[in-house]
Formats: sequence, C-alpha cells, structure tokens
Amino acid sequence: METEKKHTEENKKLDKNEIVVDIDHISKSFGTKEVLKDINLQLKRGENVVVLGKSGQGKSVTIQCIVGLLTPDNGTVKVFGDDVAQMNDEQLKELRTKVGFLFQSGALYDSMTVRDNLEFPLTRILKITDQAELDKRVEEALEGVGLTDAIDKLPSDLSGGMRKRAGLARTMIVRPEIMLYDEPTTGLDPITSREISELILDMQKKYKTSAIIITHDMECAKITADRVVIMNEGTYIAEGSFDELKKSDDELVRSFFNETT
Amino acid sequence: MAEQAITGYKRWLESVGEQGVFFKSFFRNIFRGGFEWSEFVRQCYEIGYRSMMLVGITSFIMGLVLILQLRPSMLQMGAESMLPKTLAVSFIREIGPVIIAIICAGKVASGIGAELGSMKVTEQIDAMEVSGANPLQYLVVTRIIATSLMIPLLTIIGDAIGLFGGFLALNFTDDISFSLYFHKCISSLEFIDLFPALVKTIFFGFAIGFVGCYKGYNSNKGTESVGIAANSAVVTASLWIFVIDAVAVQITSLLFYR
Ligand SMILES: Nc1ncnc2c1ncn2[C@@H]1O[C@H](COP(=O)(O)OP(=O)(O)O)[C@@H](O)[C@H]1O
Ligand SMILES: [Mg+2]
Repeated sequence: METEKKHTEENKKLDKNEIVVDIDHISKSFGTKEVLKDINLQLKRGENVVVLGKSGQGKSVTIQCIVGLLTPDNGTVKVFGDDVAQMNDEQLKELRTKVGFLFQSGALYDSMTVRDNLEFPLTRILKITDQAELDKRVEEALEGVGLTDAIDKLPSDLSGGMRKRAGLARTMIVRPEIMLYDEPTTGLDPITSREISELILDMQKKYKTSAIIITHDMECAKITADRVVIMNEGTYIAEGSFDELKKSDDELVRSFFNETT
Repeated sequence: MAEQAITGYKRWLESVGEQGVFFKSFFRNIFRGGFEWSEFVRQCYEIGYRSMMLVGITSFIMGLVLILQLRPSMLQMGAESMLPKTLAVSFIREIGPVIIAIICAGKVASGIGAELGSMKVTEQIDAMEVSGANPLQYLVVTRIIATSLMIPLLTIIGDAIGLFGGFLALNFTDDISFSLYFHKCISSLEFIDLFPALVKTIFFGFAIGFVGCYKGYNSNKGTESVGIAANSAVVTASLWIFVIDAVAVQITSLLFYR
C-alpha cells in the first residue's frame, strides 16, 4: 500500500489488472507429437509469473508462441489485446519492440563482440544511429549486469554466467514492457543463479516489466515469482503463490519443491 | 522395398519443394530494401579473401602438373608449341572453374552450413528475428550474393595462377620466356572461352551459397545436426556444380558452336 502511494502517478498508467499477455486455450503439435494440449495463461501488468515443469513439456514452445516465432494450431495468443497470429510483418516488428526474449542459451551472436551484440537490437528495433548514444546505452546496460569489462570480448571468451548476463543485457537494452525468460539460471552455479534472479527482480521493480519466467530452479522461482504455474503433459495442472503450491496436496506439484525443502 | 522407395522419393520431393520455398523467400528478401552492407562486406572478406590461399595453391599445382602430364604426349605428336594454348583453353574453360568451385564447396559451403546450423541450434537465428532483424536478409541474402560474386573472382585469380604454374613447369624444360608464353596463352583465347566460363562460375557460386544456407538454416535443433548440415552442404553443392557444369556445356555449344 505504501509503495503504491509513492508511485501514484505511475500507477495511473499502470493498471495492475490490465492483462498484457492472454494465452487462450492454445494447442500445438509437431508432426504426430502433441506438445501443447491446452494452455491457458494470463499475465497481468507488472507481474512475474514463473512456469515450472519438467523438460520437454513445451514450456519454450509456449513462450515462442507469444512472440510469433511459432504459431499455435488452435486457440489464440493476444499481446496487449492483439492476436499475434493475425499480425503482418510490420506489426510483428512493433510487437517485438515491446516483448523481450531471453533465450535459454543466451543466443549471443558468435561472430560479434559483446558491444556489437548489444548494438544490434538498438540499431534495428529502436533505429538509433548516433554512435555516442549507442555507446552510452551499451555501457549503461552492461553496467546493469556487471559486465563492463567484457565489452569488447567475443562470446566464445565468456563464461556461461557472463553469456547469460550479456544476453540479459541485450534483451533489456530496448526496455521491453514484457520479458520472457527461458530458463535464465539453468546451468549456472548457485551464486550466479541468485545474482541473475535478483537482476530479474530488479528489472521488474525498476522498469515495471511484466515477465514470464521458465525455470527448474526453485530458488529463482522463490525470489522472482508473484505467481507460479506448473505445467505437465501439455497443460497447466496447478497455479498459485510459491508458498501455496509448496503446501499443495497434489504429489506431483509438491515433488517440484522437494529438492529445496 | 517398394514402400521404402516410395517414402524416399516422397522425402526427396518434399526437400525439392522446401528448396523452392527457400529460393522464393531468398529472392523476395533481396528486393526488400535495407540491404545489410556491412555483413555483406564481411562475408566477401570471409569467403573471398580467406579462400584465396587455398585456391591459389591448388590452381598453381594443377597448372604445373597439367603441363608435366601433357608434355610427353604433345612431344610425341610434335605439338609441343601447342602446350600453352592447350593449357589455357582447358584450364580456363573447364578445369579452373570446376576445380575451384569444388574446393570452395568444401570450404565455403560447409562453413556456411555449419555456421548457420549452429546459429540455429543455439537459437541465434530466433534471437535475430525477435531483435527486429530479418535473418533471411541478414544471413542468407548476404551470403548467397557474396558467394555468387566471390567464386567468379576466385576463379579469375585461380586461372591466372594456374597458367603461371604451367609457365614454371614449361620453363624447367623448354626455357620459354614469360612474355612469349603469356602471348601464346592469351592469343589462343577467344570470347567463347572466357565468357561462358565466367557465367558458369556465377552459378557455381550461387549453388555453393544457396546450398550452404539452405542446409544450415533448415537444420534441426540438435547438436549433431550441425555436422549433418555441414556435410550434406558439401555433398549437395558438389553435385550441383557438376550438374550445372554439364548443363552449361550443353547450352554453350548450342549457342556458340553451330
Ligand atoms: N520447432 C520445433 N519443431 C519440432 N519440434 C519441436 C520444435 N520446438 C520444440 N519441439 C519439440 O517440442 C517439445 C517441447 O519442447 P520445449 O518447449 O523446448 O520443451 P521445454 O519445456 O523443455 O522448454 C520437445 O519434444 C521438442 O522436441
Ligand atoms: Mg525449453
């Protein structure tokens, strides 16, 4: 309540109940393999939703449908009220200025330095051409993730954690309103994982981003989640706050939390 | 057996269809505006400059060896003075373009296949797409145009080096002056030796770039698929080069030798 008073102005713009991403009963098959059976999820403005689920359940497929990399067979995905499947190239481009996507592997461009990697979305999405402005933004973004020293390095010279951070900086640099994180902490040591999780939380606080976070990492879920959904065999089987689900009666749901409890 | 053959045939037809679609989207993206100049220049450097050494050495040896191989039989026929002409015509019309294209299929097509394949596997292509860039335009158009320009250029350079290799071989035994050798080579060449050969190499270059990009861009999302993409790019591109060569020879003889 107190924080709300402090940000009254922002809150006028930021209607907490506005649904920014509306996934409406989608399904998706690859060949004969039915990956998504019935997925239904609403992401509200400013909210962090964590999606838990075993690997190969179609978590990545779900968020790829949100940015139009994949199209669901049935059902619709709406972002800010517009159906993604109906968008033309221009509208998709527009959409992608508002939705940031952190790929599982970081997906840094191998042939470019960290600096060029970060400039890439700036010159293409925001169409910034002024070199001083580019430099300023790149440095700022790298500072935010603690990677200032690596600016002129190639991705092959970075460690796994540094790549993830550089990837995060590249996604954040255009200040998207919605962030999709695909396993942001997988394959990292516990300390780096925690740092990344805290960066995600910072982003939410600082820029009021809404986010869907896919993870197996319970600590990451605990730190970042406003709401948790659990996915199994192509559908969501449970939804609630982290603590609620931890105490769930369902054995499968509880099994996700077993490692840490 | 029959069933296997039918599914194999179906898959082949499917891949032909996919290549058609890929070609169409490549073509559409050339004229879309917003050509990626800096990536194009980088690719020209990667493909052209980085293959120069390999092409140079191979061509040099081919020219040298051809003279050494041809010389005894030409001597027997008393046609020794025809050696420069024989080399120039055969090298520039056929041996140079094909050998250089095959070498570039091994180096460039596999390189592109592996590069795009690994970009696909590590989600870099997806990342490019969500970063507001058109990966077809950025990765595919630049590479195919670069190979279509660089392979002809490499062939011209390789031809010159090959002829020079021939000169050195001839010089061992016959003590021919460079200017005489060079004059003999040049004067023996006509328009129909040069022009069709050059046009042919543009198509070779296109095939190398196109196959490399197609195989890489459409590879599956598994680490093993990078190797598969690189390997099948070389095989398919080499095959295409011979097919194009056969067709080109037919067309040339229809047009020019009647
Ligand atoms: N583009 C694609 N083409 C074919 N199959 C795919 C594709 N993307 C994902 N799949 C398949 O869908 C299933 C779910 O994948 P994914 O969403 O990556 O799982 P995860 O929940 O681990 O993120 C996997 O079996 C994968 O093989
Ligand atoms: Mg995944």
